[in-house]
Amino acid sequence: MIQRLFKNKSAMISLLVTIVIYILVIVLVSAGLLSRQLTSIIIPVCVNVMLAVSLCLIVGFLGELTLGHAGFMSIGAYTGALITLNATALPAPVSFGLALIAGGLVAGIFGVLIGVPVLRLRGDYLAIVTLGFGEIIKSIINSLKLTNGAAGLSDIPKYATYKQFTLVYIIMILMILLITNLVNSRHGRAISSIRDNYIAAEATGIPVSKFKVIAFVISAVFAGISGVIYAHNVGILKPGNFDYNRSIEVLVMVVLGGMGNIKGSIIAAVILTLLPEVLRGLDDYRMLMYAIVLITMMIFNNSTLKNRMFKRKSKAVEKEGA
Amino acid sequence: MALLEVKKLGISFGGLRAVDDLTMSIEDGSLVGLIGPNGAGKTTVFNMLTGVYSPTNGKIELDGKNIIGMKPNQICEAGIARTFQNIRLFSKMSVLDNVKIALHNQVYYSLLEGFLHIGAYHKKEEAMNAKAMEILKVFDLQEQADYKASNLPYGKQRKLEIARALATNPKLLLLDEPAAGMNPNETAELMKTIELVRKKFKVTILLIEHDMKLVAGICEYLYVLNFGTLLTSGAPEEVLHDKRVVTAYLGED
Repeated sequence: MIQRLFKNKSAMISLLVTIVIYILVIVLVSAGLLSRQLTSIIIPVCVNVMLAVSLCLIVGFLGELTLGHAGFMSIGAYTGALITLNATALPAPVSFGLALIAGGLVAGIFGVLIGVPVLRLRGDYLAIVTLGFGEIIKSIINSLKLTNGAAGLSDIPKYATYKQFTLVYIIMILMILLITNLVNSRHGRAISSIRDNYIAAEATGIPVSKFKVIAFVISAVFAGISGVIYAHNVGILKPGNFDYNRSIEVLVMVVLGGMGNIKGSIIAAVILTLLPEVLRGLDDYRMLMYAIVLITMMIFNNSTLKNRMFKRKSKAVEKEGA
Repeated sequence: MALLEVKKLGISFGGLRAVDDLTMSIEDGSLVGLIGPNGAGKTTVFNMLTGVYSPTNGKIELDGKNIIGMKPNQICEAGIARTFQNIRLFSKMSVLDNVKIALHNQVYYSLLEGFLHIGAYHKKEEAMNAKAMEILKVFDLQEQADYKASNLPYGKQRKLEIARALATNPKLLLLDEPAAGMNPNETAELMKTIELVRKKFKVTILLIEHDMKLVAGICEYLYVLNFGTLLTSGAPEEVLHDKRVVTAYLGED
């Protein structure tokens, strides 16, 4: 395993970048070089990266448009929060660990329940139904006693602040690694083949519906886990936190990252989460600038400048997400 | 016994009877052509054989086993592979990956192993790579294994599609207009490739084609469809000189 790693140059670079970023954040935080706002946004950045990478599996690799990602995130968030709120007898690491697992599992179960009927639809219809699903989840949470309705849950133990950066970072890297690995396996290839041409995929022996559900559920599980971390970072949950805007936000990250490009999704997630904070000084012009940056990124994505910057061997393929 | 038995096959789309009362029998190891003017229902027949459409009536048996009602991927596993009239490659993926996808049902490792890249993963992936390269070599595509499939020239895309179909290890290979859009040189090369494929993979071939040179050159038996019904069948030299066939293609004078 380790021998293989040393042979693989791009894996080595990725590992190096991962470590450098980790050290950089730790040093910046402990030296007190970051403002309070920036420190408080470290974990949200990680959460958004997880969301973007998990959605990337559906939008980028399976090639289906879903707008219900915030729904899975909210299921995970509420499940996790309810566990840590009620399991006060357990030590913190145990209850948080439980919350992470349960949040992912419950979101996954909902992924199956929704995925099986919904994935028969294609394109716009799938987008509409998943959008509806997200809103339904929001309304249900809004009206349930268990979730404390519109008032939401508060005083959730903050197990995932910047002080627990190491843990969150490890979870995030694990998620990225798992999805990257999956994409480069027979299952991942089957998923990508459905995106490229589902008729040919069927004719080549790929059980299309099965792999659609698999991709959908994996994505839901990861969104659920990131929801748990989100809940234990902000400490307060309200149904309104998970409206369709949230889903669209994640979708924008995936699209800007270049669909089917995991690294791109990660970079886009980081930039788009930091941006509103960095632009805070501009007050009224903040959203205007945000829009301009979005458009610039889109143009850059398709520009010859980018191609020149990342000179690709003319014959080589852009290996998907590798 | 014949490899593929089609009995009184028919399909209706609403009021349109696209194929009616088609009976075919394809012997193991043969190379059979399915010809007919545009709109005769040839591709519809292919779509029924591969489970894309389910026939309204009739029987399709592969090796004596009914395949009607099976899903396209199950039929592929049962041993029928196909290419498409308008090329359908996995265009954003590499040439090698295109073939590796076709090996999906032959090389197995679990989802967990795929996630973690442990256990059988590396061994099986290497086996897949080796097998895929072997198939690509037959089609002289090994040099382009890393190319994005959509970046291949047209003729090679056609070849890749055949390579991908063969990688599923079929008993019966369906080629839907393999020579469409090819120049005479490419067509001649394609004829050689088809012959080679037949010998090397010991596969039975049924092809749809409009290029009569190709049809007359390599097919051993022909079925002629016209308006969804079987016009005639027989050896190429007879069929192609049959007055009814000429009339179906060119109209009466």
